[in-house]
Amino acid sequence: MIIGLSHYLIVSAIIFSIGLVGVLRRRNLLMLFFATEVMLNAVNIAFAAISHYYNDLTGQMFAFFIIAIAASEVAVGLGILIVLFKKHGSLDLDDLANMKG
Amino acid sequence: MDNFIATITVEGVAFYIFSILTIGLFLITVMSKNVLYAMTSLAAAMVLISGFFFLLGADFLGVVQLIVYVGAIMALYAFAMMFFDATRDIKEKNTNNALVFLLGGMSALVLVLMFCAPIFSENIEALYPMHEGVGNAQDVGIVLFTKYLVPFEVAALMLLVAMIAGIILAGKKMDMSLTEDMNADDEIMIVKDKK
Repeated sequence: MIIGLSHYLIVSAIIFSIGLVGVLRRRNLLMLFFATEVMLNAVNIAFAAISHYYNDLTGQMFAFFIIAIAASEVAVGLGILIVLFKKHGSLDLDDLANMKG
Repeated sequence: MDNFIATITVEGVAFYIFSILTIGLFLITVMSKNVLYAMTSLAAAMVLISGFFFLLGADFLGVVQLIVYVGAIMALYAFAMMFFDATRDIKEKNTNNALVFLLGGMSALVLVLMFCAPIFSENIEALYPMHEGVGNAQDVGIVLFTKYLVPFEVAALMLLVAMIAGIILAGKKMDMSLTEDMNADDEIMIVKDKK
């Protein structure tokens, strides 16, 4: 039961698929944000695993930058969500679709 | 059976526990109807993911994951939850489930192929190899402040811009109540006046 690179990559792929199904399935904007976080974390696991098994620090560097990008994305995204909620009173994507041609 | 037990390592047991718990918690996050349950399980899964990082020897990344994801991002979500109605269940129109699962399955297949590429690749060599006898945090610091200095500064600038944008977006009309209508505020004013 020696844990190799493929174990980590498979777990990462499963978690990424969970996030992808969430993005495709959910209709609530806050839930879409959660699903995005799931996907970002899955990629971080893959980066850290590859970094460990190839004895290279580049993967960890990219994981750091992904974390920084996720933090700024959440800060701006939640601000936009609050403004949307003040304006429409709901976060449902079907309610927010107002560009019907 | 004895042979099987002899091959069990601490890393293996930890890996399987972490992966099962993480996948379960993320499934709750994605499938749950309640925003509070989704947020809580997401926070718990973030903590477990930092466990993966510690297993992989990326100590500093694990600590950053704990501080930034569990500490900052989850606190931000919890703060934003004040503005939304968190107790009410989310009602969603069920979209075409078959289409969603077909698209998800196809994307998952492509993903598996992509993730398998490093397993079968031969000629990958380390660009910035880890140093022997140096702690992970020290190693990360050396590479971050020599090879990745410019991206590091750009990331700092991006965080500053995001902070200003968040304050401006969320801070507009902060004095107005969201959950109660304006009449309720007027009533409070009247009661105060009577005193």
